[in-house]
Amino acid sequence: MTILEVRGLSVQAGKKDLLSSLNLTFEAGSWSSIIGPNGAGKTTLVEALSGIRPVPADTVYIGGRDLTTMNERDRAQALSFVPQNPLVPKGMSVRSYIALGRTAHQGAWRSTSPRDREVIERVATRMNIVELLEREISSLSGGERQRAVLARALAQGSAVLVMDEPTSALDIGHQLQILSLLRREVEEQGACVVTTLHDLTLAGRGVDRLIVLNEGRIVIDGPARAALRDPQLSAVYGLRLEVLTIEGVEIVIPTSQ
Amino acid sequence: MVICSVLGLVLAVVLGLAIGPTPLSISEIVRNIAIHAGLERGPASPIQNTILWQIRAPRLALGLLAGSMLAVAGGTYQGIFRNPLADPYVLGVASGAGLGATLAIVGFGGVVGATTNLIPLFAFLGALLAVTATWLIGGRGPRTSGATLILTGVAVATLMTSAQTVLQQHASLTSLAHVYSWLLGSLASATWSTVLTLIPYIGVCMAVCLSIARKLDVMSVGEVEARTLGLNVRQLRLIGLGAASLGTAAVVSAVGLIGFVGLVVPHIVRLVSGTSYRRILPISAVAGGAFLVFADTVARTVLSPSELPIGVITALVGAPTFVAILSRREVSL
Repeated sequence: MTILEVRGLSVQAGKKDLLSSLNLTFEAGSWSSIIGPNGAGKTTLVEALSGIRPVPADTVYIGGRDLTTMNERDRAQALSFVPQNPLVPKGMSVRSYIALGRTAHQGAWRSTSPRDREVIERVATRMNIVELLEREISSLSGGERQRAVLARALAQGSAVLVMDEPTSALDIGHQLQILSLLRREVEEQGACVVTTLHDLTLAGRGVDRLIVLNEGRIVIDGPARAALRDPQLSAVYGLRLEVLTIEGVEIVIPTSQ
Repeated sequence: MVICSVLGLVLAVVLGLAIGPTPLSISEIVRNIAIHAGLERGPASPIQNTILWQIRAPRLALGLLAGSMLAVAGGTYQGIFRNPLADPYVLGVASGAGLGATLAIVGFGGVVGATTNLIPLFAFLGALLAVTATWLIGGRGPRTSGATLILTGVAVATLMTSAQTVLQQHASLTSLAHVYSWLLGSLASATWSTVLTLIPYIGVCMAVCLSIARKLDVMSVGEVEARTLGLNVRQLRLIGLGAASLGTAAVVSAVGLIGFVGLVVPHIVRLVSGTSYRRILPISAVAGGAFLVFADTVARTVLSPSELPIGVITALVGAPTFVAILSRREVSL
């Protein structure tokens, strides 16, 4: 089922085209990752999908609705966004931080409802941070913090989860941990996950589909396994890339300039 | 912290009623109140009646209203701008009110027909004019940020202040003295009618500020993330800044420019009670009222029978307290 759709989306900054007439559809229960060299338009695309960057009418549809006709509240219920460097407020407990994800479900006068509390417990369990709930968010390590941010996004209860570079600030162990948690959300909750990743070695792990952007255009769009072996990928990066399969995991390595 | 500030408030009220050129003992005050409440029989002393009910009580009430509103407005501004330096005067309220009051004093001698005091009205309109100008210039664009708005406020304030300076060039010495004493702020002119005029403004503005506390907590992750969480940031800014500015304008029109309360009280509350605005704002309301009443009691007693400007006391007491707290803890929002 298509939940997120992009029709002929172009984004300009001044005279420069950041994105040129992109067409994409994203399905429930699948994970798409946007890759490409620096400046390819990855972040611009996820910001456009998330309503952070204004888009023209009739270009982005979430759950069949034109993004430009949705208010903040509707959008937050339909789509969660995790920026590359989330702002971590000081002096706030992990529980209160995750509760921020319930904003779009709360009225102005209503306090946290039993349903909100239940959702918070549930997403904290899924992210393995139940024992951290009373800690201050700013005191967490990088890996713990990213799981808390992910829990906040999941607490929004939206069908689409968009993340900009979810692993860029983490060491390799925590990178793999976040990727496997995301994979589980896709499999068990039927989430539609869209991430950007700049690290090619991770691009093949757990992802269903790769969208390769270069200079604001889609160069490759297909199943991860095939996309990594596409000869155009080497051209995009200006490198010779080789794919090794070790114990069923695809690993991309550059062999020469 | 809640208990502390409530106790402080009670103490401030009692001291504010008791201390003055004619000291009243607590038992005298309690007896007088009891007689008025019909709990005790017997004639109340007419002198005590006048001192208590016509002089000290309205002044106390005005201090409570002004202190609470300034502290809540300051907390609201800090939350919306996520800026620890924000205070109730950041969008030009103070300089607009200053210009308005100066115009009333220099242009019309402060009164019309020897009875109507023009200063509050002009100060109020000046304050609203300044904030509206700041909003129209800096706050309307689709992607405008809190920083744009603050910088616009600085520009508008500078413009207002320079206009005020031009007016002062044409003022007599008496007018100038009047302008300066107004600028420093005072509760001395308090009457029940001032208090009653202020209550609806402050009541509504305070209620609005307190009702957006939860949304201010969402703002703590920044404007962009707050939007993705479903918060209408522009609407929050309009409502929050509108209420905080209107309430501040009402306060300033009645008591002049009392500084420091709106900046320091919410910070001290934040350092002690944590960073959630659902705690900061209500506690600031109580603590701000108590602080201003204390400051006023000191201001009117130390040099009795003459009075120190209350702004001097709020700064003298507030600044060292603030520095002492800051030196022990890092300030953050």
